Amino acid sequence: MKVGIVQFPGTNCEYDTRYAFEQLGCTTEILWHKNNTISDGTDLLVVAGGFSYGDYLRSGAIARFSPIMRAVIDFAKRGGKVLGICNGFQVLTESRLLPGALKRNEHLHFLSRHHHLKVVSNDNPFLNRFTCNDIVNIPIAHHDGNYYIDETGLKELYNRDQVLLQYCDAQGNVSNLNGSVDAIAGICNAQKNVFGLMPHPERAMEAILGSADGKRMLEGFLSA
Amino acid sequence: MKAIVNVFLKAGVLDSQGKAVHHALDSLKFDSVTEVRVGKQIVLSLSETDEAKARAQVEQMCEALLANTVIEEYSIELCS
Repeated sequence: MKVGIVQFPGTNCEYDTRYAFEQLGCTTEILWHKNNTISDGTDLLVVAGGFSYGDYLRSGAIARFSPIMRAVIDFAKRGGKVLGICNGFQVLTESRLLPGALKRNEHLHFLSRHHHLKVVSNDNPFLNRFTCNDIVNIPIAHHDGNYYIDETGLKELYNRDQVLLQYCDAQGNVSNLNGSVDAIAGICNAQKNVFGLMPHPERAMEAILGSADGKRMLEGFLSA
Repeated sequence: MKAIVNVFLKAGVLDSQGKAVHHALDSLKFDSVTEVRVGKQIVLSLSETDEAKARAQVEQMCEALLANTVIEEYSIELCS
């Protein structure tokens, strides 16, 4: 599988993301924001985490207008798979590839820790290796992870099976650490080819470092 | 011409920073405050001299970039 990893000025998770996908046997390519094409044969584009353009104006707002994002949007519209992790999720909502928006965490703290997540939907190429209600332990590290969508939008998300992950405790009880609507940690688009989540699966690749659950998540793309 | 753009979270979208500032004012005994909203102000200097055209341009800028209309609302003030 060939994975393209988007890099803006201020991105800081591109090399972890590359390491993670190389561990899975993928070939990878870092795509600088000034590129305006995607290599032929690319199976998945990842918009990696970090602080693109210093999070100026709003997280992800400036990155959205980079030349590479025009190519990413085009790739997504042709059905190509795109994954946004953390700042990447913010970039994808700002680009309107995913519905809703990410606000400042409710209690205003930057949150950096391992946190449990519950799989809400597995009928998609990302989480197909999981069963609904499975619990995974994945690191989070964000200041603007408070997912917002209005009531109508939320209903549509559930009707179309687009809510992927919810923050929970080790037993699976909902635990809303950042104020997100319905404790939502990750979603996909209606066509199920664009995915976004605040937690960092690429940081959960080895049990010795706390969790290998992220590896299981990213492996989903291999069989898709 | 100058355009002053004010961007705030929409009514109904929880403004955590506004709440935190409100709590802080409360603790300083400024108890007449009933609500605090925190937003941002963006000041643009424009070469355009026609007010209607300037307003139309700034509106486009707000819709495209300066505000995220999923969660924010904006107002535009023009002055020479």
